[in-house]
Amino acid sequence: MFAVAALAIVAATAATGCKKHQADPFPASGAIAGWDKTSDTRTFDAKNLWQYIDGDAEQYISAGVVTTSTSDYKYQGQLEATVDVHTMGDPGGARKILEAGQTKDAKTVQLGDAGVAFAQSVIFRKGPFLVRIVAYESTPGAEQSLLALAHGVEAKL
Amino acid sequence: MKSRREFIKTTATGALILGSQSKLGLAAMLDKQTDATKSRVVVARDAALHSPVGQLDDKRVQDLLDRAIAAFTGREKPAEAWKRIVPVGKVVGLKVNGLGGKGISTHAALVLAICERLQQAGVKPSEIIVWDRNARDLEACGLTVSTDPNRIRCFGNDVGGYEDQPVSFGIANVKLAKILSRECEMVINLPILKDHQLAGVTFSMKNMYGVVQRPNELHPNGCNPGVADLNCIPTVREKVRFTIGDAMSSVYQGGPTFHPEHLWQPNALIVGEDRVAVDHTAWQMIERKRAEAGVPTLEAENRPPRYIATAADSDHRLGTNDPKRMHVMEI
Repeated sequence: MFAVAALAIVAATAATGCKKHQADPFPASGAIAGWDKTSDTRTFDAKNLWQYIDGDAEQYISAGVVTTSTSDYKYQGQLEATVDVHTMGDPGGARKILEAGQTKDAKTVQLGDAGVAFAQSVIFRKGPFLVRIVAYESTPGAEQSLLALAHGVEAKL
Repeated sequence: MKSRREFIKTTATGALILGSQSKLGLAAMLDKQTDATKSRVVVARDAALHSPVGQLDDKRVQDLLDRAIAAFTGREKPAEAWKRIVPVGKVVGLKVNGLGGKGISTHAALVLAICERLQQAGVKPSEIIVWDRNARDLEACGLTVSTDPNRIRCFGNDVGGYEDQPVSFGIANVKLAKILSRECEMVINLPILKDHQLAGVTFSMKNMYGVVQRPNELHPNGCNPGVADLNCIPTVREKVRFTIGDAMSSVYQGGPTFHPEHLWQPNALIVGEDRVAVDHTAWQMIERKRAEAGVPTLEAENRPPRYIATAADSDHRLGTNDPKRMHVMEI
């Protein structure tokens, strides 16, 4: 099969409007056993959040999002995940988003003020923060690994 | 049960005609088929497309693509079939969708399968551009950026840039990506099927939000009439002529971002020229899955994809949303 030729990836951070953010709720590589931070943290404010989650930004904006920071992780060099930390204007905004994402198969977990877990994702809120961690594969043990990472993020909020 | 050859003969004879009817050489006319007045949509499925652990089988993707294109064109040999879809000597764009991230983006296996068939049909590598909004979206699809002019190019609007002057239709007043306006002479649309919390469903027409600079300005009122108006802008309407929709994986709730708890594998491609009929078919697929999962209909959540009917109305005439005027082939 024809392979699309490989070249250096063009850095897109300038064009996508992201910027550095002072607060850092993201655990460094190795801080949580098995997890490496594999990207720089990108931060978006409400007005340019569409550049990160176009089509999904509106629900966060209506709930009062101030900034959203995101970073990629990898567990034991294999399981890829993304951590999004949404800083809302108040705890009510975080609650609104968490409750909107509830489904009957959500498992309640002890994280922050409230949290739920699925096989490939964990969502929790703590004060004005709403954290969503998503893995891109379903592997044995993924849920526990994600929970460990989630606790690491919670400890930094 | 009919053989594949018999099936193609009886349902898709002489499906497409090249050249003279289309400025771009795209086989735009359905001719001599069972009912030439109907918009043809092919829904091709392979239940074994994913392995038990969820990995796509590249070979089966190629085979599924070949079956879909054969059914649509009525030509069983891939090279012949593709010659009825793409013009020779023109630059062909493949507009993917990587907005949802790695878990729910147009699959690289499909893109590579199409690139291979395009070349077998006589399209040179240098005449193929795979593109999306930016490098990150392309990476999410599993693609690697390349701007080598002698090979298949793969880059985003972040590299290609946007036109300085906006173009308009209805409420859409947008600056088009130069990849669309200047580089490509024909575009094959490769959306990924997803629920969309604003628009209801995102698939063929909604994927065009990735060819403008500020798509968020087209979001009000459930993207209606934003989606329809955008697709009526002449450059979009005339160049984007064919959809090979990726419904191999999908999210039926929580989209357009990746929600693995709502991930589902329809294991299908949805193929057609009529973008409205393609989107209507995709919408019904999402609704069937939502019903199966016990999730309310999009209508019940007050977010049906109203833009589909708008796209079919007399102001837009982009295609049909009337099932009686569609010929949906499930293979």
